[in-house]
Amino acid sequence: MATTEETFDRSAKSAETNVGNPERWLSVIAGSALAAYGLKRRSLQGLLLSGIGGALVWRGATGHCNVYDTLGISTATDNDGGQVSVPYGRGIRVEKTMTINATPEQLFSFWRNFENLPRFMDHLESVKVIDSKRSHWAARGPAGLDAEWDAEIINEVPNELIGWRSVEGSRVNNAGSVHFNRATGDRGTEVKVVLRYDPPAGLIGAAFAKLFGEDPAYQVQEDLRRLKQLIETGEIATIENQPSGRK
Amino acid sequence: MRAVCWWGKGEVRVTDVPEPKIINPHDAIVRVTLTAICGSDLHLYDGYVPTMMRGDVLGHEFMGEVVEVGSDVKNLRPGDRVIVPFPIACGRCWFCQQKLWSLCDNTNPNAWMVEALLGYGTAGIYGYSHMYGGYAGGQAEYVRIPFADTNPMKIPDNLPDEKVLFLTDILPTGYMAAENCEIKPGDVVAVWGAGPVGLFAVASARLLGAERVIVIDRVRERLELAQKHWNAEILNYEEVEDTFDALKQMTGGRGPDRCIDAVGMEGHGHTLDAVYDRVKQAMKLQFDRAHTLRQALHACRKGGTVSIPGVYAGFIDKVPFGTAFGKGLTLKMGQTHVQNYTAPLLERIQRGDIDPSVIITHRASLEQAPEMYRTFREKEDECIKVVMRPQRSAT
Repeated sequence: MATTEETFDRSAKSAETNVGNPERWLSVIAGSALAAYGLKRRSLQGLLLSGIGGALVWRGATGHCNVYDTLGISTATDNDGGQVSVPYGRGIRVEKTMTINATPEQLFSFWRNFENLPRFMDHLESVKVIDSKRSHWAARGPAGLDAEWDAEIINEVPNELIGWRSVEGSRVNNAGSVHFNRATGDRGTEVKVVLRYDPPAGLIGAAFAKLFGEDPAYQVQEDLRRLKQLIETGEIATIENQPSGRK
Repeated sequence: MRAVCWWGKGEVRVTDVPEPKIINPHDAIVRVTLTAICGSDLHLYDGYVPTMMRGDVLGHEFMGEVVEVGSDVKNLRPGDRVIVPFPIACGRCWFCQQKLWSLCDNTNPNAWMVEALLGYGTAGIYGYSHMYGGYAGGQAEYVRIPFADTNPMKIPDNLPDEKVLFLTDILPTGYMAAENCEIKPGDVVAVWGAGPVGLFAVASARLLGAERVIVIDRVRERLELAQKHWNAEILNYEEVEDTFDALKQMTGGRGPDRCIDAVGMEGHGHTLDAVYDRVKQAMKLQFDRAHTLRQALHACRKGGTVSIPGVYAGFIDKVPFGTAFGKGLTLKMGQTHVQNYTAPLLERIQRGDIDPSVIITHRASLEQAPEMYRTFREKEDECIKVVMRPQRSAT
């Protein structure tokens, strides 16, 4: 019985309203549209889009945003009070781990220089370091659509982890962390990446595609694979521009 | 340049393609002097390997002369004569450090495709479909060699191409199959399949001290080759009522101590769906080919070893696993870690322990590739092994 109460307590806490009323309406409207559009496409991508749409509707209806929660952000004011509290459905969260044959120290210092990230993150055009905490990120999107935002480091334990998030006012709200854990034996370092992503209503489709392609989990997995190749061998395996009878 | 390209099921074309260029700092370009058609190329030819694209350059058994090296290649120079192992290894990942080269983590740009099938990615392979990286192969005048600092081995000038070409694949493959058997004095080794890999498994079993070697096939000239060069006892399965019974009789009722399945089966897979479709599509073939493995498991003596160099990729039906368990068999298998064997086998060739060129039956130009694929496929004209010279210059 006690356990159950505890669970309820926790979910009540995590279900706190942290999204403001106008944004909640936007979420519901944009989410519904996206869900309908996604379902109409009858494809994997469509299904994914409709899933995001559903999550947005949920976000609007419940007034709780998981990403905002992660970032410690709330756009809700006391005037929003009195809304129904329903446990929030999941936002977009990706977690991938790759073992890399290098020390945590090597990997930490490589990653800590964020300007290295576009070398293995396919969708990133550039990252410019502004100061010791802040950086400016630019992502490449389909059809010439670009997304840019500023990020700041919010957590850092040398040789263990780096956590960052987009700063307030960014068009693409996202937060990420990378963890470096020594693997067993002489196997190197387990690099774990966790990304959370919550685009504001209206920019969904384009921003989502820009950041993660059609399949965020695949994108992160392949980014990590390229990081592994780069760190272990100094180059990324490719067959670009090689001969074929296709010309 | 001219290159042999895959053009669809049952069709290869020799066509003009652009010359390869250095892309990465560890690359080299090799001018191919001799290349071969491998039995596993026939899996591609027969359309059993998914993720092939029309125009892909074929060939993973090739050697030649280095003509250009990337900025980070310090061990090779233009003019060096090299053989190139078929699996591309980075030399730096944990698997390469364990000398499990064909399981390299870093050389397959399409590792996710293999992951879909095996759960984990494996090394890139020249000219062997996009799931193995999509690398252009060596049945061409020139070929790009990734990680040239790790893979190619230099060849002394006094050894002709034909004696060393098979260090790229089939000789190490046959040798690793025999090595996996952990042959002990007095052992009787049975080898199913007298194709090039089976023949080299026979030869290697001899080199590793097998007292008797029995080779099982139905192609007369192949069996005779094994008998002539490596003193193998031959078992033509078309001439006996029951292969298992014949083997048992030949081994005093004990069964062969070590069994090598050098036949394998057609049919690589990609996604589980694709594999299953192919299984259904090729059901008859599937049963035919898995027959070898079933028979090897059945015939092997109690506590013996079954070694499997023949390629399996998808699912196989009705494998007598209880037999393997009940007799306490050891099973060994996998793509060859060619890089472990190139140097010691080169030494054996130099010493005259083995002359791999004895299996060559057909010598052709690159332009004859379409005809040679057909001949090899149909085992016409007593064809055992085809080599081709891509350079159009003299001879």
